[in-house]
Amino acid sequence: MSEILLQIDGKKVNVREGVTVLEAARSVGISIPTLCHHEKLEPYGGCRICIVEVEVSGRSRLVVSCIYPVAENLVVKTRSEKIDRIRKMILELLLAHAPDSPELKDLAKVYGADRDRFEKEASFCIHCGLCVRYCAEIKKKNAVGFIERGIRKEICFIPKIAAKECWDCKECFPLCPTSYLQAAYVLTQSLAFPSSSSEAVPEE
Amino acid sequence: MARLNSPEDLEKFRKDILSKRDPDTPCISICAGAGCLASGAGDVIAAFKEEIEKQGLTAHVDTKGTGCPGFCERGPVVVIYPEEICYLQVGPDDVSEIVSKTIKGKQVVDRLLFVDPNTGEKTTRESEIPFYKHQKRHVIGNNIRIDPKAIDDYLALGGYSALAKAFFQMTPEEVLEEIKNSNLRGRGGGGFPTGRKWEGSRNAPDKIKYVIVNADEGDPGAFMDRALLEGSPHSILEGLIIGGLAIGAHEGYIYVRQEYPLAVENVAHAIKQAEEYGFLGENILGSGFDFKVAVHKGAGAFVCGESTALMTALEGRVGEPRPKYIRSNIKGLWNRPSVLNNVETWANVPLIIKKGAGWFTQFGTEGSAGTKIFSLVGKITHTGLVEVPMGMTLKDIIYKIGGGIPDGKAFKAVQTGGPSGGCIPGELLDLEIGFDELAEAGSMMGSGGMIVMDEDTCMVDVARYFVDFLTDESCGKCVPCREGLRQMAKILKNITEGKGKTGDIELLEALSETVAEASLCALGTSAPNPFLSTLRYFRDEYEAHIKDKRCPALSCRELIAYHIDPDKCTACMICERKCPADAISGGKNRIHVIEQEKCTNCGTCFEFCPPRFGAVKKISGEPVPEPISDEERLIKRKSREK
Repeated sequence: MSEILLQIDGKKVNVREGVTVLEAARSVGISIPTLCHHEKLEPYGGCRICIVEVEVSGRSRLVVSCIYPVAENLVVKTRSEKIDRIRKMILELLLAHAPDSPELKDLAKVYGADRDRFEKEASFCIHCGLCVRYCAEIKKKNAVGFIERGIRKEICFIPKIAAKECWDCKECFPLCPTSYLQAAYVLTQSLAFPSSSSEAVPEE
Repeated sequence: MARLNSPEDLEKFRKDILSKRDPDTPCISICAGAGCLASGAGDVIAAFKEEIEKQGLTAHVDTKGTGCPGFCERGPVVVIYPEEICYLQVGPDDVSEIVSKTIKGKQVVDRLLFVDPNTGEKTTRESEIPFYKHQKRHVIGNNIRIDPKAIDDYLALGGYSALAKAFFQMTPEEVLEEIKNSNLRGRGGGGFPTGRKWEGSRNAPDKIKYVIVNADEGDPGAFMDRALLEGSPHSILEGLIIGGLAIGAHEGYIYVRQEYPLAVENVAHAIKQAEEYGFLGENILGSGFDFKVAVHKGAGAFVCGESTALMTALEGRVGEPRPKYIRSNIKGLWNRPSVLNNVETWANVPLIIKKGAGWFTQFGTEGSAGTKIFSLVGKITHTGLVEVPMGMTLKDIIYKIGGGIPDGKAFKAVQTGGPSGGCIPGELLDLEIGFDELAEAGSMMGSGGMIVMDEDTCMVDVARYFVDFLTDESCGKCVPCREGLRQMAKILKNITEGKGKTGDIELLEALSETVAEASLCALGTSAPNPFLSTLRYFRDEYEAHIKDKRCPALSCRELIAYHIDPDKCTACMICERKCPADAISGGKNRIHVIEQEKCTNCGTCFEFCPPRFGAVKKISGEPVPEPISDEERLIKRKSREK
């Protein structure tokens, strides 16, 4: 793989072909916020908080750095008034769901996000998909998945699989930026894992 | 049927078909498109067949159910050839008269002809009806002449000759050049130059490539692709095979929504016939080129009309878009180069190959060549599908073809481009239709939806409706679209319910920026358009809702009130009887009064108060007048006997 030279925030960066702008930035210590990104998982591009500005043939456009591939002589800006404004809005939209998420609170400080800009929503889940993708890609179990779509979309443990797999794993718990995942698990557990629970009720 | 193994076989076969068809034999074409079937065309077709048999004419008359000719407002549509007599709103009871008079007696049944609502003038020939006269029906025009289940009908009209030409008189490079020179742009939404898309795939190094038909038409009120799929499936197949040849793909997919059962049926049938005839399968027409097509039924998600979501769904996974910093014509379906074009785009391909790019660019404008089919719906006299050259003005489409706004109402706006398009106001009616022209006006071509709105339409409510639709159809993968639209929909709903606050417009604008700039796919990036375009042209309506709690169009239910004008009420008791909420106190000879606390603003009284009285009034943003006193309510009628 050949080396690529690009510029991030005025800094010259040398990386190998095929890496993303996010990886290139992090390799030289430039931090870009992420919520749905995980080094072990395929890039997802869902949270959009890693949005940056790139200059392609003289025109600047907004792209998400976790997916956008590096290119020779690419010029990247990781902060600008517009980028910050969009990140602030994304945080405010998510804080309506998870106002107490430590990750969100830290970022809110950086971008001046108001956690009360929008009315609170019923679900804590911010749909980063870390649990779903971790279970599918790393554990290859698909015990937790998304159901429905759009604003009704939510994570859901598949009782049949979860009853067998989750009890001894729970590796997805620490990935969750909110407390929702555990709650969903506990709910599934109480409804569907009679055999793994200590107070097992014999099946009729 | 033996396979056709050479272009000569095809031409000989075509001659055979034509020699068996006498152009003077009467042919009764009855629209069997979904629209006309819904208004009873199935019974009409059956009645014609029965009547023809009864009168002993079976050998002398052709009767066929055809594709949709577009004039859905007046369906079921019947056209009788060779005279091209067009009868509208035909019922089974009209059939015996048509057969006796028109088929046998060569007379026209006057009462079934088109009558101009303004002049009262009648028109006999289909092509002279104003609705059709101003159209250029290159793509959809053959629908009424073809039984979609009969490949021979398509062949009789020159079908698959473009395919033979592309295979035997042109190289794949020349085919590609022809499409590039035609300046054909995608009819599905983005308007991307088709030739350039094809070229990218052709030049991609992968050996395996795909061509795909996007038939996931989901815009509210749009049905042009359905009409083509149902009515002329072979023209789409022919285009697709030519596309396969041009880019070097041997497999094609038709992604069609399952809510179009007739389209699925007709396309599947067409594929089978094309295989039998040798237009599909191995060694097409003896050319050595193999090509196969499969139909994939969508599962009812609007977002699957988006190219990457469609391809993800084709792969058998949840139809969610994926980021495409590498275009899908390079890395698409199963990461292979994939050309995805919309139904209408594919249907244009055989025409361009047959008649040449020079012919195609004669029509339309420099930036937008050719014709475009629009589905003209909403508050318009002639609802239906219209195909016009690009560059025609909105005014001509709405007034000359569409017959203007019904019931003497005033035009307010036309919404183009589907749910994420925009609303264009009256002052821009001279706008010439084209991809770039519509985008400049804050709307878009989209796939060709055109919803006409009259003075009774509230533009804030229109924005709310479309943002609601998109919120519902968002896949939910990315935050700006899922959460941004959730909040936009809430704010817009509040405004239409009189709960708007100062600052709401600015908050909606801020949300629009994030949704448009940061969303993953085109559903999200274009989703704020309904709000932005209505704000651009109808800002005063937003302000009236928020500041004065007034709906200027008197449409938002929470912001209006009904009351009865005591000077006009004659105590006829109709409204009192019709009111579903028992909110009208009336009685014989007593001026009626609406009890506001019981009234649900359903509008039944307003609808039923006879126009000669016009006593029920609708108001917004002003207090309801105090009811008159009990004594005043008594109506003293003059005694009739003197």
